[in-house]
Amino acid sequence: MSIVAVAVSPSWYLILSGVLFSIGVLGLLVRRNPLVMFMCVELMLNAVNLTFVTFAREFGHLGGQAAVLFVLTVAAAEVVVGLAILVSVLRLRPGATADDISSLKG
Amino acid sequence: MAEALTNTVWFLPLAPLVGFLVLVFGFDKVFDSRNSQKNVPEKRIGWLASGFVITAFVFAVLQFVALLSLDGHDRAVTKTLYSWIPVGSLKVDISFLVDPLSVTMILFITGVGALIHIYAVYYMHGDKDYRRFFSYLNLFVFSMIILVMADNLLLSFLGWEGVGVCSYFLISFWFDKRENASAGSKAFITNRVGDFGFMLAIFFTFQAFGSLGWQDISHGASSATASTVSIIVLLLMLGAAGKSAQIPLQVWLPNAMAGPTPVSALIHAATMVTAGVYLLVRVSPLLEASYDWVPQVIMWIGLVTALVAALSAMAQTDIKRVLAYSTISQLGFMFVAIGAGAPVAAIFHMITHAFFKALLFLGAGSVTHAMDGEQDINKMGGLSKHLRYTTPLFLVGWLAISGVPPFSGFWSKDEILAGVYNNNRFAYVLLLLAAGVTGFYMTRLVLKVFFGKPNYTHTPHESGKGILLPLYGLAALAIVAGILNLPFSKDLLVLEHWLEPALEGGFVKHLSFGGGTQWVLGILSIIVGGLAMFLAFRIYHSNRFGSIQKVVEHQFFYKAWHIDQALTSFVGGKGNRMFQKAADFDTKVVDGTVMGVASNTKKLGGVVRLFQTGKIRSYALWVTLGAVALLVYFLIRAL
Repeated sequence: MSIVAVAVSPSWYLILSGVLFSIGVLGLLVRRNPLVMFMCVELMLNAVNLTFVTFAREFGHLGGQAAVLFVLTVAAAEVVVGLAILVSVLRLRPGATADDISSLKG
Repeated sequence: MAEALTNTVWFLPLAPLVGFLVLVFGFDKVFDSRNSQKNVPEKRIGWLASGFVITAFVFAVLQFVALLSLDGHDRAVTKTLYSWIPVGSLKVDISFLVDPLSVTMILFITGVGALIHIYAVYYMHGDKDYRRFFSYLNLFVFSMIILVMADNLLLSFLGWEGVGVCSYFLISFWFDKRENASAGSKAFITNRVGDFGFMLAIFFTFQAFGSLGWQDISHGASSATASTVSIIVLLLMLGAAGKSAQIPLQVWLPNAMAGPTPVSALIHAATMVTAGVYLLVRVSPLLEASYDWVPQVIMWIGLVTALVAALSAMAQTDIKRVLAYSTISQLGFMFVAIGAGAPVAAIFHMITHAFFKALLFLGAGSVTHAMDGEQDINKMGGLSKHLRYTTPLFLVGWLAISGVPPFSGFWSKDEILAGVYNNNRFAYVLLLLAAGVTGFYMTRLVLKVFFGKPNYTHTPHESGKGILLPLYGLAALAIVAGILNLPFSKDLLVLEHWLEPALEGGFVKHLSFGGGTQWVLGILSIIVGGLAMFLAFRIYHSNRFGSIQKVVEHQFFYKAWHIDQALTSFVGGKGNRMFQKAADFDTKVVDGTVMGVASNTKKLGGVVRLFQTGKIRSYALWVTLGAVALLVYFLIRAL
């Protein structure tokens, strides 16, 4: 049984997407390093993108692909803002973890 | 032409308002930039203030001319400045109603007001707060104009409160004496009771008519339910009783004499205290539409007031207090007229009373001036020798108020008596008695002040020309004002024809008897008045009937039937406990409910707050759990 012979069905992509998303969620919840948490968020976003593309291809509909472009754009903007905040926070409090930054406590 | 003239109606309130503002803020700059405010000459201040009131009078005359050029039934012009309170269906404008009633009021208010201003220029000479005095006086005239010109209840209420505040300021004008300050407070607080009635009446009026305009009220009166209208009238009567010093809210007026004499003449005799009468005449159609007993209540309140106050006046020893009780009594006459369905007689008497009572008060001011501030009539006597001008002027006022023909008071009082005779014979007898007592106490006052043996050692000096001049004007008016409404023929009833359009649909009862009966009534009142004056003459001049004098000057009458003390002890004792309960209800139940809602919301917030840890990971956890919950929900639904 050669590798080439195995057909890659859409469910593979979906499972991969699910796994990536779960890793992202788990990372966001358990890690305290803000930068890593950021990367986890990106991971989740891209997992969703993968789902979009999969379904777009499966149904032959361009809507999913267009959505991906939107997500990418938004993610880029979000990274710009988020990293800027992160840099300025770390400048004030070097080595701060996400749990240390809780001054908006109600 | 009428259109152009009525457009100038706004100058009426504007003139005294500008006067007030200039006196308060900008006087030095306007007149003399070099001098400090202390050096601004008194007379300039006084004449400036007087000038603005005279200006208002000129514009009042213009309104009168404007109405004359219109036909009888077109004589109601509404002028709107701007929309004041547009809230939903409630629409209240700053607008004036120029009609015969408001113009009549404004003519004598600004006219008498101007004369009293001129008097005050000289009377207040040397007072350290000269300027403050005139700023209040101008503010008062402004408020009074708003009160009578307003075309709706709410704007009228604004003026109503304005004159109340000015009255308070002016009663306690010399506030460094404790009793003056408390007299002002007493007037203000007593009036609050009446104002509460006025305010409730406004609410009910809006509910019943959907509008607060006088004309809407007049037109809607006949289609409203009698019970609602009766409630409104009774509440307005409560307000009127406060402002016009009717029982049981009359207690403040004698104390109000603590203010300077021009104030007593202007506010507490001629103008402000007649506001209640004006109000009830204004809503005359409501009286017509209310239950039959409602006007009767008004009549009897007026009658009791007239009698009780007259019987208090005859025992007073302070010259101004005699006049104060006399004012209460005369106001009672006006309310009797309203309740008996003779609003024209009420307005007529209001006008003549404004003239002769202002004359009497200003004359009393001249007397106290001559006596170096002494107001006790037992310490006067024989002043006619020294006051060659004041005495005859005062005597004119005396004859007018006592109802001696042909002085003005006779005609107006007789018209009220005729109206009451038309309505209720028993009330007529009582009112005739009150009229007789009026002649009695005024004669007593005149004899004690101007005749007999002097009870002082210094030589009194006559007042200056500036003080006497307004007295001449008022005396002339007090003599001739009767021609406004002579009962001899229909054509001579000038005031009645003039007011007719404004009183359309109002509570007016036409006399059911002819001229013959009217002659009899007139002669009867002359006889009763003459007898009373003769009796007073015998007692206080010939020193006869000592026992009657003892009764007349009994402590019971001197203390004004102990009404004041009774009210004081009630409010301080039993009443206080009741009021305390009401206050407790407010703090515990009403405030408790409001505060309870607030504190419970706060508690809930305290619980919810705990979720806001500030830790981003806990937020992320909640978001995740929420997403999972949604996922589970959709999965279950899909199955």
